[in-house]
Amino acid sequence: MNYTSQKHLTYNPSLTRNIGNKALTIISALFSIISVLPLILVIIYVLIKGGSYINIETLILEPEPPGDDLLTAGGIGPAITGTFIMTVIASIISIPVGVGGGIYLAEYSKSGRFAKFIRFGSNVLAGVPSIIAGVFIYAIIVSTKILFGSMFSGIAGGISLSILMLPTIIKTTDEALKLVPNDMRRAAFGIGASKFTMITNITLPAAFTSISTGVLLALARAAGETAPLIFTALFSRYYITSFDDLFYEMGSLSVLIYNFALEPYEAQNQLAWAASFILVVVLLSLNILSRWIGTLGAFSKHKV
Amino acid sequence: MDKASTSKFSLRTRTTSEKLIDVGFKNIVVAMASMVAVVLFSIFAVVYYESTESISRYGLRFLFSSAWNPVTDEYGAFTAIYGTLFTSIASLVIAIPLGVGTAIFITENIIPKYLRNVIGLMVELLAAIPSVVLGLWAVFIMEPFIRPFLNTIYEIFGFIPFFSTQPLGAGMMPAILILVVMILPIITSISKDSLKQVPSKLRQAAYGIGASRWTTIFQVIIPAAISGITGGVLLALGRAMGETMAVTMIIGNSNNFSWSIFAPSYTISSMLANQFGEADGSQVSSLMYAALILMVLTLLVNVFAQWIVKKLSLKYQ
Amino acid sequence: MSKKNIKSTSSVSLDNVSIAYGNSVAVKNVFCDIEKNHVTSFIGPSGCGKSTVIRAINRMNDLIEGCKLSGSVIFEGIDIYAEDIDPVEVRRRIGMVFQQPNPFPKSIYENIAFGARVNGYKGNMDQLVEESLIKAAVWDECKDKLNESGYSLSGGQQQRLCIARTIAIEPDVILMDEPCSALDPLSTLKIEETIHELKKNFTIIIVTHNMQQANRVSDYTAFFNTEKKDKDLGGKIGFLVEFDKTKNMFNSPKQKSTQDYISGKFG
Repeated sequence: MNYTSQKHLTYNPSLTRNIGNKALTIISALFSIISVLPLILVIIYVLIKGGSYINIETLILEPEPPGDDLLTAGGIGPAITGTFIMTVIASIISIPVGVGGGIYLAEYSKSGRFAKFIRFGSNVLAGVPSIIAGVFIYAIIVSTKILFGSMFSGIAGGISLSILMLPTIIKTTDEALKLVPNDMRRAAFGIGASKFTMITNITLPAAFTSISTGVLLALARAAGETAPLIFTALFSRYYITSFDDLFYEMGSLSVLIYNFALEPYEAQNQLAWAASFILVVVLLSLNILSRWIGTLGAFSKHKV
Repeated sequence: MDKASTSKFSLRTRTTSEKLIDVGFKNIVVAMASMVAVVLFSIFAVVYYESTESISRYGLRFLFSSAWNPVTDEYGAFTAIYGTLFTSIASLVIAIPLGVGTAIFITENIIPKYLRNVIGLMVELLAAIPSVVLGLWAVFIMEPFIRPFLNTIYEIFGFIPFFSTQPLGAGMMPAILILVVMILPIITSISKDSLKQVPSKLRQAAYGIGASRWTTIFQVIIPAAISGITGGVLLALGRAMGETMAVTMIIGNSNNFSWSIFAPSYTISSMLANQFGEADGSQVSSLMYAALILMVLTLLVNVFAQWIVKKLSLKYQ
Repeated sequence: MSKKNIKSTSSVSLDNVSIAYGNSVAVKNVFCDIEKNHVTSFIGPSGCGKSTVIRAINRMNDLIEGCKLSGSVIFEGIDIYAEDIDPVEVRRRIGMVFQQPNPFPKSIYENIAFGARVNGYKGNMDQLVEESLIKAAVWDECKDKLNESGYSLSGGQQQRLCIARTIAIEPDVILMDEPCSALDPLSTLKIEETIHELKKNFTIIIVTHNMQQANRVSDYTAFFNTEKKDKDLGGKIGFLVEFDKTKNMFNSPKQKSTQDYISGKFG
């Protein structure tokens, strides 16, 4: 026999193999703990530290300029509305374009050269650093004053966020529609539906939950972005009061955190923690919500 | 009489408007899909156009000079390029074993399934935390916590150039660590997905001839999942190179080149975040040149990632 | 309850084995002594637990979450489900060939060398690869392309490669879980010939849904059947009906349900 004959089947803990296996198992467990630790620590600090500064005044007041008053820095109200408004602007642009692009990829050109190129392009676009989106919008909108002479504006901020949302939405729409079984398409064509009717009445509704999961994730990512805003929307301490204000500087939670975290004043730092609390709670909720929707109606092969 | 007109169905033959809607809809979605290409090309074109002045003035010298002087109009991005590459690669070196190890741990049946799901979910939720919040956490919590450890390293190994300056707060090392936190979810979740896709019959085959758990993992499971894992690692590299806010807040933003990982440094993206708002004239052009370099770097990494996933995909069906 | 009067000629004994997935029992109260250097086949309708039982013999069920076994599986006098048993050790002595051919995504040579190396093989590797492929009757098809991927072979050749891989680690027992179910009749015939050759050196247990195959290849046959778990709830539990020499089983079965199954009345 060419193998070391081991007549015993009992577990031998001093065997190199068994020591190695045990060690590797313990190491992988340790690595998992290390990987989970940052999340727990970040969430604990943001919730406890940030949460302790949350009160009705922080939520609605406008922030004070740093250094004016060492005891209070006002609130984060305008930043909350600003983040909301710019995310809405970004959604208005990117959802129709993204869903439309996804429809083209999945329904009209499944494997054509152009579709391949667009799929590749949206992967590349997803990999473009977010600060580049900010630089790009600065160059074509802010510095050219193309928006009725205004420079930094909430609209410019929203547009640069939409660039970040676009690839995610195209991709999830494409993938969600591809999961819709072809039988449903044939059935629709079989009763004489046009392609437009087939898409709007059959495949889009069937893929709706998966698409909304992707849209929510894209939205959550955009709402937390800072880099594309710091030289497009800049920052403002004031609430917007009219439609015209969309064309002026606009504050956001993320830029507020960035600006105030680096201030030497305690009061401003506290505001940054409070803003982090709001941002993290909203984004984690959006994420969990999208996961929940995903499990609810994920369009799978078993469910037809 | 025409058959269609006698029918109960008024649309037996398609009306012109219905055909128009069909054609129009197709053209609209084609246009929307093209937007991806338009945006991508415009970004390249605009960043390139804006940087032409610097490109023609400095050429490749820009890549190897550490000068950054708005007064004398001398610009070079060496420190930032080095910082970008060093921080991202160093963070990758730390994050790969952690991420792949975690992915293995939660795809093996070592602990009960619901616990594994919880770990997987937590790591993925980590990706949902905005960069700027991680930056805030790094500045106020993480950096003060790790500074004593870094100081010990400095005191013992200070003679090595990499540890030759005293850690005084912001610097490259805390930036690397926060990058690890940011790219861990990418590596973990993509590795997890690739490991899960390995057909269970391969695992059975290995167990069936008496391979132990980790022999099976290293010799059968990981080789079969390597394309996905590599793709995830490269995506993480691209993300680390382009990451801006957390790094800007903790790296110290200094254009003085130093070998020490405890010294303040720069990355291209943190340089952009820091200076772009106040820059004018040829400084803008130089920043655009730096932005172009960053774009090309991330583009190369991303294209390589897509290529390698295709290339390495094993046919084991 | 314990009756460990194990015959010296038996290799594996199942002693009151019941297996459950989570809370649902798949197969219950199996008693069976499997003879050394003979071929034993497990037959029965689908869902009767024959595959579950064969996977229990080298603890492959450990891979399935929530799978529990009660009773004992005795291999050479040792209960392999005892606390202090190393399942890896067990699988080195009791090899397995699966329903779907599952070569590793490596070269043909490596497919065999990998298992040998895992088991600490110290001899001449080239020789072992050649011998194993010859024993598994696939050498002629493979000899010119040992460095090509195992997946370049046809399905039947892949399955014989998997058998060769198992032979190479020189186990005492080879388990085969419906090894021919994915194959064409010609490949099936070749594998049956291989089994005939192999029983000189190995104890073989084969699960099959094909009664002719059981009749052709095996010396002993165990017939499993199912019964309704609960009159109202449905669900099936498998159990061993009859275990005897194949000759007796096919000519004069003792149980009526065996008779019915063999004559094709159900299954």
